[in-house]
Amino acid sequence: MAAYTINVNGEDQKVEVDPDTPILWVLRDHLQMIGTKFGCGIAQCGACTIHANGNAIRSCSLPISAVGDMKLTTIEGLSKEKDHPIQEAWLAHDVPQCGYCQAGQMMSAAALLNRNPSPTDEEISSAMNGNICRCGTYIRIHAAIKTASQKLS
Amino acid sequence: MTVIKTRINRRSFLKVSAASGGGMLLGFSWLASCDPKEQQDVKEPPKEWFDINAFIKIGDNGDITIFSPNPEIGQNVKTSMPLIVAEELDVDWKDVTVQQADLNTVKYKRQLAGGSQSIRQGWKSLRMAGATARKMLLEAAAKQWKVEVSQLSTDKGRIIYRDQSLSYGEIAAAAAQLEIPEEVALKDRKDFKLIGTRVKNVDGSKIVHGEPLFGLDYQAENMLIAMIVHPPAFGMKLRSFDHSSIKSMAGIRDVIQINTAPEKVQWSDVNAFPDLIAIVGETTWQVMKAKKALTATWENMTPLESSTEHDEKLTNALAGKANIMRKDGDPDKVFKNASRIIEKTYSAPFLGHNPMEPMNFFADVTADKAILVGPIQTPEFLRSSAADLLGLSEDQVIVKMTRMGGGFGRRLYGHFGLEAAKISQQLNQPIKLIYSREDDMTQGTYRPAYKVTYKAALGENNELLGMKVKGAGLPGSPLFPNRYPAGTIDHFMIESVDVGTNISTGAWRAPRSNFIAGAEQSFLDELAEAMEKDPIDFRLELFDRAIKNPVGKDNNYDAERYAGVLKLVKEKSNWGTKTPGIHRGVSAYFCHNSYVAQVLDMEKTGDRLRIKKVWCAVDCGIVVNLEGAENQIQGGIIDGIGHAMYSNIQFKDGKPLQENFNSYRLIRHAEAPLEIETFFVDNGIDPTGLGEPSLPPIVAALSNAMYQATGHRYYNQPFALAEQGNSIKIG
Ligand code: FES
Ligand code: FES
Repeated sequence: MAAYTINVNGEDQKVEVDPDTPILWVLRDHLQMIGTKFGCGIAQCGACTIHANGNAIRSCSLPISAVGDMKLTTIEGLSKEKDHPIQEAWLAHDVPQCGYCQAGQMMSAAALLNRNPSPTDEEISSAMNGNICRCGTYIRIHAAIKTASQKLS
Repeated sequence: MTVIKTRINRRSFLKVSAASGGGMLLGFSWLASCDPKEQQDVKEPPKEWFDINAFIKIGDNGDITIFSPNPEIGQNVKTSMPLIVAEELDVDWKDVTVQQADLNTVKYKRQLAGGSQSIRQGWKSLRMAGATARKMLLEAAAKQWKVEVSQLSTDKGRIIYRDQSLSYGEIAAAAAQLEIPEEVALKDRKDFKLIGTRVKNVDGSKIVHGEPLFGLDYQAENMLIAMIVHPPAFGMKLRSFDHSSIKSMAGIRDVIQINTAPEKVQWSDVNAFPDLIAIVGETTWQVMKAKKALTATWENMTPLESSTEHDEKLTNALAGKANIMRKDGDPDKVFKNASRIIEKTYSAPFLGHNPMEPMNFFADVTADKAILVGPIQTPEFLRSSAADLLGLSEDQVIVKMTRMGGGFGRRLYGHFGLEAAKISQQLNQPIKLIYSREDDMTQGTYRPAYKVTYKAALGENNELLGMKVKGAGLPGSPLFPNRYPAGTIDHFMIESVDVGTNISTGAWRAPRSNFIAGAEQSFLDELAEAMEKDPIDFRLELFDRAIKNPVGKDNNYDAERYAGVLKLVKEKSNWGTKTPGIHRGVSAYFCHNSYVAQVLDMEKTGDRLRIKKVWCAVDCGIVVNLEGAENQIQGGIIDGIGHAMYSNIQFKDGKPLQENFNSYRLIRHAEAPLEIETFFVDNGIDPTGLGEPSLPPIVAALSNAMYQATGHRYYNQPFALAEQGNSIKIG
């Protein structure tokens, strides 16, 4: 066990955990931030996607010992007023079915629009290819990203 | 207007006192209500709630809570079922809060998610609940105003008499005291204000803001985390384990053996591994690490099976004796005299369900009570098996349903709920059991592996004389003897062989149909080609026969509705027009009471294949929620394409070779169709389900388009598996 201070959604959080503990479980078990989901644990499904310094990463495969002073953002911190263009577009397109994969999908999409506010169809497809949706909501995800992109650019 | 008898069981109207009504919501606020309102006005919460009936609670301030009886797995019943109640109650959807009901078999019927039946079976009772409540509110208002009920009308949660009106909230207290009316009138379809419109998912806002909803998100005081270790192969069982190796690891509280076989085994108790090791600890990661470090020994119980031998068994079964499930005319004779016989064999592997949320369940079991909370499609069955296993009576077992991160049939089989219950009971400790993805994928209730041979006898003039279909399943049969094309061919035979296996299997989204539709509709495509007919015209000719002069009596479909969707998709897709670079496949299927026909457009540029568009015609009767309906159709199509192309569970010495998403392929974003357009038949028939019917036919729309694009017929799923010589890439 070791003590760490990590920055999540703009706030410093102190936790005492084993150095190899993935951020996913630090968030879910220690910080009670359950918006980030567990799907595979091996960086294959994208359900656990969060931002580290604005980039999409798989939190199931990022041990706390490697976090240092990275600024982490989770679905809970994506917007203060619950109004990130991605969240609004997701509601407007009624994207979710079961909804379980969607936090990860939205975090990947938001990171894409951070670095590229007007992505092409191909760029959307390749940026989103790491996020599995077993319910098959890909067409709506794609359309929602385009709507959010229009709003941003 | 239809007048129906209510025949409501008095016991279903539990008059809960106002205080306990309000308090009940608070106690489980994590599960609680969700608000379809986009923007929430700040409004005083009601001081009192009145339970009008099992589905409806009205606050004195006019707030309406509608309980959604059935489990939500992403099929959107938590929106569509309350919507039906709200329609008849005649309220503004904005004033409605939806709450997931707990399991309560006295109040509700069939609290189960499966077979696309929630809407079909709930349609009448949901309407009746709304209409009955509305009538009671009207009667109470009529009494107060001293007028006749017939002089009153309702709109958006208000009762109107000439220039006066009052809200449902103001009269709810009086209405709750009234006798339940013996008959109520249901709305005419033309008066629907909500049904048939686009209504957003009631949990949408919670989902996009990452709020707790799912079983995995459930927390309770003093709760520990539990994980299980199961035998590595089907056919094996636990011999011994060494807990000393992990007992001292940080955070680990206990390592125990559990047995979860209930005495009375029900259909939902499928589970190959009743004897398990359970590890309980403080945090998930600590338990995961201990699980990896644990050493255990296993012993063989039954032979360990492998995929090569599975394939041989299915092939041999098709060559051997089979059960005749249907026979019309004299198929042997026409095959003997045929000028030409076309014979094709199709196969599909075991599949995992892989809902994105792995199996999990919370349990708090004490001497005289068990509280079980989690994602379950069959709460009623879990309750009775849990009561049996724990030695409690059914009313000592409380089951609460969370939103499910997908199900697809996996959560019909609630052994994970029993495992959680047993661990909690043995340790006298509230726990949440979590499966890793590997646990989930290697302890499946898999879609059975299937093989089927279709044979057609053609006459001198290339006319269809007869057809023989023989199918085998590991286990079971993939065939439905009385479905199309039964009834359209004079000499027709269906035979099945059930090949046993010790791999645990179960229902997987659109059971059997998910395989047989693809095989049948691919074969009809090949047959039409051999007969030099347009594939749609050929199918319509068969339907024509079934409409005018059906063969046999038990044909299990309505040929006109079937032909109807095919005609609709033909028209909408401009079938027959050629676009350069676009290759088309067609398919149609009827299952779960709904009819679906699809045309798939595949674009080929060089070696690259892309699904440009799927045109989908659907006859599911009345569409309850257009938004949700289209989402289901799209999901089924994408899911069907994905599994037919990529997914596969293979076995070696009883061990599943695919354990996680690095080796088990699910369809990804870039491989999905670019567009899906859905057309609903508008016929006013009572609604049927949509969670499954769009999946089965798409398999053949895909393979038929791939044939047009590549010149190869695809017989064995997954189509993209390189080892089969079918190397193909979409996206
Ligand atoms: S849980 Fe991290 S990628 Fe799947
Ligand atoms: S919405 Fe269910 S997995 Fe994506």
